[in-house]
Amino acid sequence: MLAAQSLQCVRGGRQLFENISFAVPGGTLLRITGANGAGKTSLLRILCGLLLPSGGEVLWRDAPIRQQREDYWRELRYIGHLPGVKDEFTAEENLMFAAALSGIDITAGAARDALDRLGLGKFAHLPVRMLSQGQRRRVALARLALPDSNAALWVLDEPLAALDTDAMDRVLSLIDTRLAAGAVVVMTSHQPFSVVAALHSISIPV
Amino acid sequence: MTIWTRIVQRDLRIAWRRRSDALSSLFFFVIVVSLFPLGVGPEPSTLRLMASGVLWVAALLATLLSLGRLFAADHLDGTLEQMLLAAEPLWLVVTGKVFAHWLTSGLPLVLLSPLMGLQFGLEGDEIAVLSGALLLGTPVLSLIGSIGAALTVGLRAGSVLLALLVLPLYIPVLVFGAAASGAFASGLAVTPHFSILGALLLASLALAPLAAALALRISLE
Repeated sequence: MLAAQSLQCVRGGRQLFENISFAVPGGTLLRITGANGAGKTSLLRILCGLLLPSGGEVLWRDAPIRQQREDYWRELRYIGHLPGVKDEFTAEENLMFAAALSGIDITAGAARDALDRLGLGKFAHLPVRMLSQGQRRRVALARLALPDSNAALWVLDEPLAALDTDAMDRVLSLIDTRLAAGAVVVMTSHQPFSVVAALHSISIPV
Repeated sequence: MTIWTRIVQRDLRIAWRRRSDALSSLFFFVIVVSLFPLGVGPEPSTLRLMASGVLWVAALLATLLSLGRLFAADHLDGTLEQMLLAAEPLWLVVTGKVFAHWLTSGLPLVLLSPLMGLQFGLEGDEIAVLSGALLLGTPVLSLIGSIGAALTVGLRAGSVLLALLVLPLYIPVLVFGAAASGAFASGLAVTPHFSILGALLLASLALAPLAAALALRISLE
């Protein structure tokens, strides 16, 4: 479902990687490994279409993503280094706006349920500025718990970082459920973890 | 289209929760305008002559001051990145943000301009021409400014670069906006100036969001 053809990335005159190719079917978790600075985040941003590769092509459902744009992004959920939550808003408001950007319409109740599943039910009505770093991270990850049937591709940059073991389990179970529904999940992680579904791993050489 | 209304609602709500930001550029406008009579002296004929020019330049600078808010905060917390991956075209998102920006920065200037005009001893119909020109011109300032704000988002010396990029592009709006009052004072028709301001508004409405959306994609690479 998701494929990359000899991707190459050059940042600031330095080549991060070249010849990265893979093809994964639905229901697969693609884990990207590599040392710090190997270009894992750049690869994820290329897969999202935020960064144009210096060479090569990303294919989604056998068509280049740069020809699909909004149709591709309707199916993509990306959680990057930055949480993408606004300090001025409550966790619930943040979630509802994130859903609107992804083109799904959810009720306040659905947003509260999603926060509940990440153990944030009590904090749904607090401005995010009053939450800790780990809790903010959970608000960002709560997007993954929304009732979201369009999401066929998750791209997660270090989703398990800064989480306690309880939250890690919750996120991994969300990933398992989504994989069972036939989606592709691409993620980086320094922590060891395990999932039920097929695991495909690629390593970026330094 | 729903995304457009959601963006406008969201940005207005942020502006309300951080209202000191919007108020500070408004006070900047009031203070800059009020300094001129103090510096130039209280001669009524001089003040009336320079009123429109002073108000326009102050509006330009106040808009410039508020442009930093347009994308910078969203860039810092990562929401801008999410907007780039929205299920709707990015120019629609940009248009919503610019409209909310105008409602919180341009429109208050327009509403305050009659009061500022009185300070310079303008008559009722002179004030109407000045405020009318500002009503047509300030959205153009927000629209053109969004391109500069998008190009400089995330840069370290962004605000100076933003001024250097955007101020030259503001010249047509300044020239025709201020000239409308001049034409009215010398008894000429103001409609040509208003038509040109309207044309500038339509042109920037059609082109600026596309350019700003493209600039955002380049800036966030």
